[in-house]
Amino acid sequence: MQSFHILTVTLMAPLLGAVLIMLTPRNNEKLIRYIAAISTFISLILSLVVFFGYDHSVKGMQFVESVPWVGDLGVNFALGVDGISIPLLLLTNLIGFSAVYASWHTEERVQEFFSLLLLLIAGVMGTFLATDLFIFFLFYEVVVVPIYILVIVFGSSKRVTKEYAGMKLTIYLLIGSAFLLVGLIALFVKAQAMLGYPSMDIATLATVQYPVEFQVLVFVLMALGFGTLLSMFPFHAWSPDGYAGAPTAVSMIHAGVLKKIGGYGLIRIGIFILPAGAKLVAPVIAVLAIANVVYAAFVTLNQKDLKYIVGYSSVSHMGYVLIGIAALNLISLNGAVMMMFAHGVMSALFFAMIGNLYHKSHTRNVADFGGLAHQMPRLAFGLMLAGLASLGLPGLVNFVGEFTIFVGAFNEYRVLTVIAVSGIVLTAVYILRTLGDVLFGPRKAEWDHLQDLRGVEMVPLIVLGLAIIIGGVLPFTVMDLINGGMGQLLASTNLIQVGGSL
Amino acid sequence: MFDLFSGSWIIVALPFAAFAAIGLFLHRWPKAAAYTSILAMALSTLWSILIAIQVFTAAPGQVFTAAVRWLEMPGLRVDMGILIDPLSAVMLLVVTIVALLVQIYSLGYMEGDPGLSSYFAYHSIFAGSMLGLVLSSNFGQVFVFWELVGLCSYLLIGFWFGRDSAKEAAKKAFITNRVGDFGFLLGILALAVLFGNLDYQHLAMRLTDYHNLAVLLPIALLLFAGPVGKSAQFPLHVWLPDAMEGPTPVSALIHAATMVAAGVYLLARAFFIFSAVPQAMYLIAVVGGFTALFAASIALVQIDIKRILAYSTLSQLGYMVMAMGIGAMTAGMFHLMTHAFFKSLLFLGAGSVIHAMHGEQDIWKMGRLSAKMPVTTWTFVIGALALAGIPPLSGFWSKDEILLGAFSRGHLFLYGLGSLVAFMTAFYMFRLIFVAFFGSGTKGSHAHESPPVMTWPLLILALLSVVAGFVGSPLLGNVFGKYINAPGAAHHEMNIAIMVVSSLLAAGGIFLAWLIYQKEVISHLELKQRFASVYEILYHKYYIDELYARLVAVFIDGSARVLEWVDLKIVNGLVNGLAYFTGWSGKQLSYTENGQVQTYALYLFGGVLVILVGAVLAVYYTVLA
Amino acid sequence: MIGLNHYLILGTCLFGIGIYGVLSKRNAIAVLMSVELMLNAANINFVAVNHFIRPDQAIGQLFAIFVIVVAAAEVAVGLALILSIYRHASSTNLNDFNLMKW
Repeated sequence: MQSFHILTVTLMAPLLGAVLIMLTPRNNEKLIRYIAAISTFISLILSLVVFFGYDHSVKGMQFVESVPWVGDLGVNFALGVDGISIPLLLLTNLIGFSAVYASWHTEERVQEFFSLLLLLIAGVMGTFLATDLFIFFLFYEVVVVPIYILVIVFGSSKRVTKEYAGMKLTIYLLIGSAFLLVGLIALFVKAQAMLGYPSMDIATLATVQYPVEFQVLVFVLMALGFGTLLSMFPFHAWSPDGYAGAPTAVSMIHAGVLKKIGGYGLIRIGIFILPAGAKLVAPVIAVLAIANVVYAAFVTLNQKDLKYIVGYSSVSHMGYVLIGIAALNLISLNGAVMMMFAHGVMSALFFAMIGNLYHKSHTRNVADFGGLAHQMPRLAFGLMLAGLASLGLPGLVNFVGEFTIFVGAFNEYRVLTVIAVSGIVLTAVYILRTLGDVLFGPRKAEWDHLQDLRGVEMVPLIVLGLAIIIGGVLPFTVMDLINGGMGQLLASTNLIQVGGSL
Repeated sequence: MFDLFSGSWIIVALPFAAFAAIGLFLHRWPKAAAYTSILAMALSTLWSILIAIQVFTAAPGQVFTAAVRWLEMPGLRVDMGILIDPLSAVMLLVVTIVALLVQIYSLGYMEGDPGLSSYFAYHSIFAGSMLGLVLSSNFGQVFVFWELVGLCSYLLIGFWFGRDSAKEAAKKAFITNRVGDFGFLLGILALAVLFGNLDYQHLAMRLTDYHNLAVLLPIALLLFAGPVGKSAQFPLHVWLPDAMEGPTPVSALIHAATMVAAGVYLLARAFFIFSAVPQAMYLIAVVGGFTALFAASIALVQIDIKRILAYSTLSQLGYMVMAMGIGAMTAGMFHLMTHAFFKSLLFLGAGSVIHAMHGEQDIWKMGRLSAKMPVTTWTFVIGALALAGIPPLSGFWSKDEILLGAFSRGHLFLYGLGSLVAFMTAFYMFRLIFVAFFGSGTKGSHAHESPPVMTWPLLILALLSVVAGFVGSPLLGNVFGKYINAPGAAHHEMNIAIMVVSSLLAAGGIFLAWLIYQKEVISHLELKQRFASVYEILYHKYYIDELYARLVAVFIDGSARVLEWVDLKIVNGLVNGLAYFTGWSGKQLSYTENGQVQTYALYLFGGVLVILVGAVLAVYYTVLA
Repeated sequence: MIGLNHYLILGTCLFGIGIYGVLSKRNAIAVLMSVELMLNAANINFVAVNHFIRPDQAIGQLFAIFVIVVAAAEVAVGLALILSIYRHASSTNLNDFNLMKW
């Protein structure tokens, strides 16, 4: 395996694709689409290879690669994956691949669109692969540029203009990363003082016993930074507007994976490096998480626009992830990672279906639709699948995440968990209302011209639908991986000892 | 014969396989889809019968279990398992037989429907999920299948999704069930956290030396919320009558015989938990008894044939829940079984009538059906007699067991209530029969008997409705009770007096119905006018649906509106306000840049002066101090 | 006895008058004249400091001459600019000009 740098190739495939697309004549749109499809397909296949090739008996970081980069700062271009990052890597590529197909019919500025999309995919993927803090942050910043351009150029204006949406999204991302940067620098400086040599390696940073006050301070900074990214209440306002303004592919990637960098960072960097800080700040996060779940669910109930419904509901579901993280035990953290994976595929499928519908009908207003299952049975199936996954139907992947989170969180926060579980009722209400009003009811003649999904439009449904079903029916395929990675991560943080001493 | 048991997962897998086959390959060929589904169901039925024979010829108390890992991590384990004991064997029989008959019946009833392949696909997934639920070995698994049968119920209620009423009913069913499942899930979570294991047998063992009632009481009540939703007990009963929007065979299978009984089955399955908490048991009994009376009273005045049957189902489910609550678990399960047969018979009979009447469901618009539809009529009468509890039909034995249980455990109030309900049941069922089948209306004259594919299932179910009761009858030594019982649920000797009283009550109910609706000795119109206010309340189901709709509109949608306002005006308002403030302050500061060189020079000079003064002061203080 | 301090005070006064003129005069010509005052204040300082601190050398005088030369050039450029502006806007009032805004 060492001779073939699989992670680097996985990461570089979309970047290379982006470069190739820029070199392609701009009127050769077909070739551009094929390049995008092929490069994401390569990444998808390679990440499946990683998924199945990961050695469960050894655990820990595997497929490791490291090249010294900035020696004076201890920065290495270091990549590696463990049980926590593999599901997210796979998620990125499942969604990246589907996103290319979901935007197959983009017509304006095809060249720019696909090269930026590939750049975005590579950026997100890089954060999950990096084992070096600097590289992690670098890729995180790489993401911001394409997101901004994609939204303001290719987005759509409904309740808010696309310029507003893009600006809001970008500013939130940047404010979040500003907090993060301060935290990272503090961490680096402190670690250098205590270690005696500079290092940006996450595992090395985690070996340092930082003073508790310092941990709390830095963890708060990280919670603000990553929390913004994860749309933690009250820093969630970017999310619905951003998704509504963004083009389909960007909504898919943003809701599906980009958001998950927040949760991933909180676990990989926050809890792993700063366990004592995490322990002290966690109750605050848990309370905010409940606000996420219930508050956003109520707001969703009153939304009229399909994208806003999914946008707010994703804020609500991120509350589950947050409470899973805040409960700080193996079960709840396993659940949080599972939930991130689950919510990723689910929301990406949702946005893909809505994008398709919007592309054909030019409206996203729930009240305009009705009885679409008559004209578009396949689209109806896709929306139903995503909706049922969203409301946590067993047999679909979200249930596994939710159930695990609830069990884990119930150990720590009784009352808060009870409130959180009430979210399943509210979710059922808004999802079923929406699906009912859009798909069922009498046939409306005005939509008779709509064509059902066909050809390449089926790809997102098949790819993401399979992930939803397989993950739900055979949860151990993903959960064993997560459990292995999380178990090792927690074992090396002395989280329990920390809890005991405090 | 070990292989028969260890391979029993096939019973669950076959319908799922049929579902997958229909969904992936056969949806364009409705006939093929239907036969695939029926074939899978028939094989499952056969297997279940073989298993039941094994179980009921072996000595009581033998249990077969097997499990595969599904979700595992330190501190949490959920298996997909199989637990075969007499309890699950009975449920297997009931579910497979009724499901098979209903699917066959559907061939006739649903003929020509454009969605036939989806119909059978949904039926298959329902059968698979229901059987999975029955065979579950732990609470985690049961919750998984519990929700899946709920999904099937949703899909099948909303099968004719072009109708707004069907769409609304499906949604209502799912959401109401979700409310119950909210409690159920919390109960399961509490068990998982408390014992770290959800396996029935493991929990039963652990509970023998666990007596902390302060913990068990909330758990039992939370778990009970599940059955309250699924078995449509008060106050979550509102979805079941509306669920009649689905095709009638669906009502027969899901909303009468099997799925709604899952709640009762769960009470029996987890009886070891409930029976450890007397307060919870008492509450269960009261909820059940109240639902039985409440629903029966509504059934008295309904005019839609399916709604009458739906309220009757509610009432009978209340009976079963009450039986569980008073500790008569055997009687409750016995009634579940007999009820599954005669109620599915009644629904299929009603379906046959509706089919013949081209969709008419108002009993007053029928009449004289007996002449045109003899098979339907007489099987329906058999079902009604069984439901009313006329000896020696099956309903008599099972209902009697429950009344006996209530009486001999000292729940005299519940006994009286149960007897009253028995009387009302006989009355409303025969009101239906006299009006719809023997009434003077003439609309039914152009009806015709249904095809054999529909009448044969009726005949088989009629036979079962007659004989199924004997397995639990004291005359034959109560085989049922020997196999299915719970610790602390000792059996009672038969009591001739109770039998006589309940038979007389049932006969009295029928007689009264005969007097009013057949002989018309007492004018029902006059009754209706004299008790107009009572009639209105009953006819409108105590206005509970209206109340709930109001509560939802005020509290749920109201909060939604308020919180959306908060989100738009306060959270987003703060964000936009901050952005506005940034812009505004930039604008204010930009006024200092007026473009005039002299102003800039003034700033420059001012700046130099400040620095100069600062430097002088600094030097002054550092050098001289 | 007139010493260095007296010259410096004279220079400071002249500089202050010049600053005042630069900042407050509205006429561009007057501003230009005030700038000359400030330059000459610097010249006085140069010459005086040279005379009192290093009388053997003539660096201060040299610098003063430099400044006079540069000032002459500066006046030439400044007047040219003012003339150009005056032709353009028929005014030498500085309040009328904010071309540096944005």
